[in-house]
Amino acid sequence: MVMQLTAKQSIHLPRTAELIRVEKLSDREKVFEFKFDDGKELGQKPGQFVEVSIFGVGEAPISVTSSPTHKGSFELAVRATGGVTNKLHTLDKGAKVGIRGPFGNGFPLDTLKGKDILFVAGGIGLFPLRSLINYVMDKRSDFGEVNTLFGCRSPQERLFIGQLAEWDKSKDMCFLETVDRVPDDEWKGNVGVITTLFPKISFDPKKTYAIVVGPPIMYRFVIAECLKKGLADDHIIMSLERRMKCGVGKCGHCQINGLYCCQEGPVFTYAQVKSLKEAV
Amino acid sequence: MQNRVISRKDLASFVDDLIKTKSAGEVIGIKAQGNKFNFGPLASAAELRLDYDISLLPPKKYFFPQTETVLKYEVDKTPKVEAVAAEKPLCIIGVHPFDIRGLLLFDAVYGGKDPDPNYFLKRNNAVIIGVDCLSPNPKAFAASMGTNVTEEGFDLMLTDLGGDYFVTVGTSKGHNLINKAKTKEAGAPDLEKRDKVRKEAEKKYQVSLKMKKEEIPALLDATWESKVFKDRSETCFSCGSCVMVCPTCVCFDVQDEMALSLKGGERYRRWDGCMLTEFASVASGENFREHKEQRFRHRMYRKGKYLVERYKYLGCVGCGRCASACLAEIASPAETYNLLKEAK
Repeated sequence: MVMQLTAKQSIHLPRTAELIRVEKLSDREKVFEFKFDDGKELGQKPGQFVEVSIFGVGEAPISVTSSPTHKGSFELAVRATGGVTNKLHTLDKGAKVGIRGPFGNGFPLDTLKGKDILFVAGGIGLFPLRSLINYVMDKRSDFGEVNTLFGCRSPQERLFIGQLAEWDKSKDMCFLETVDRVPDDEWKGNVGVITTLFPKISFDPKKTYAIVVGPPIMYRFVIAECLKKGLADDHIIMSLERRMKCGVGKCGHCQINGLYCCQEGPVFTYAQVKSLKEAV
Repeated sequence: MQNRVISRKDLASFVDDLIKTKSAGEVIGIKAQGNKFNFGPLASAAELRLDYDISLLPPKKYFFPQTETVLKYEVDKTPKVEAVAAEKPLCIIGVHPFDIRGLLLFDAVYGGKDPDPNYFLKRNNAVIIGVDCLSPNPKAFAASMGTNVTEEGFDLMLTDLGGDYFVTVGTSKGHNLINKAKTKEAGAPDLEKRDKVRKEAEKKYQVSLKMKKEEIPALLDATWESKVFKDRSETCFSCGSCVMVCPTCVCFDVQDEMALSLKGGERYRRWDGCMLTEFASVASGENFREHKEQRFRHRMYRKGKYLVERYKYLGCVGCGRCASACLAEIASPAETYNLLKEAK
């Protein structure tokens, strides 16, 4: 049992990073770009998360929204909703935070290589998914056909608008988006929940993997659409949200039945999730 | 390693010597606390109550304290952050076999690929002097869980033979310690006596599992939808007493606290548990185990299935603390597993 350890190996000890850019995405969301003080890369896989520390406030698990193909810094897109995230929203360029991680399994890049991909993002589910979408766009020749569906509640809640426009124009992917409801007449796009976009696309279910990230309620309906389109259970991949406090499989908060979201997740296939009664 | 037999008087001298010399670190022992028992710093061997049934809190608190500072920081423009974890040599006297088994589970959880220095810096140097439990708590069912005796996890294990104590030597560290005391070599008749005393103690457990402990995971696999979880959790106060007294509950929360100067502060972790309302909630407001039935079921699965699948140790050692602490009298895993089996 004897393990020679020192305090420096603490599971709680973060590295400090500097906030080098802040950009408002909507009323509640901002994207923050960080650079480690030690100059090292984060070295994340798309779909992994970090624990962000604001000293004196606490720590929160946040998915990394930038692709690892982007070097020198990394981005976290954050909704102001709890203690840490609200405080983060008050920070300006030059502020220092603590970062632990990356943690979690991330999206299965080896499985996805050479395959067709259907991205389905609901609301801020776009944040973790964006790391993979940008990764795929940067390594476009490694992948087949790409379809991307994005849905949010209203036009005001659209995120990364510049990037959505780029994807819309891009010949490298088919991009469709919708909003649940329209409070004004300016919106000329699709209206309806995200599942209403499914009849508008076609893909070969044998070659395609669906990557789905959104609020808990969205999964039920989107999975049903994916299955209707003929996707096999293990071709439907999702990222689940839990309260990962320690990130290293000890604190117990992120358990989904017997699994730890921070260890075996946050990315799961529907084949796995089906046997996990607490998953969705 | 040669087992020993020690008289009550010589055991007392041995303990007093450990206290005086601190040769094995600070001496912690099982003592009376009101009409109950608890572990605490030992001032003299006379305080030891090796005849106890159960301690209020398990000895895990010495390796995984109720609250523990893990970071200290100054919130300057560039924050200065320092991890806090220190060695603390301890000698704990009077640990029951089922609590030792609880510590073995802790070793597995806090080890692994990201070992926790806060735990192991204290745990590695600790001397564990166990004692066989001869007067089990009325709610205990350690005999059913196979944890009423243990062959591992101790340096020395004491068994009260009536007059003398049998000393089972578990490690060379234990051997070197007991070598300093006045003892006799244990012979075959002594060993026979020890085993007889253990057998008799096994019969005193009043609660038992109506199945083999190995059958619990399969039983749970078949009973997720069982009404038992709802019925039994209806009177739950969600107070968390059951998880706070548990020797195998490993979960924690992490919080920050600023100093009054506002120039710095510390991050600490503290015991947390899955029976508390907010345990599985996230910032968006979603609570993944919102209803007490879900939390109750999770605890039963965690103890009887999830932990054993992950770490090979069942998450319940049958100590009876949760059942003793629960005001609603619903916490005993043995009772729930028995009900599930009956209802099946």
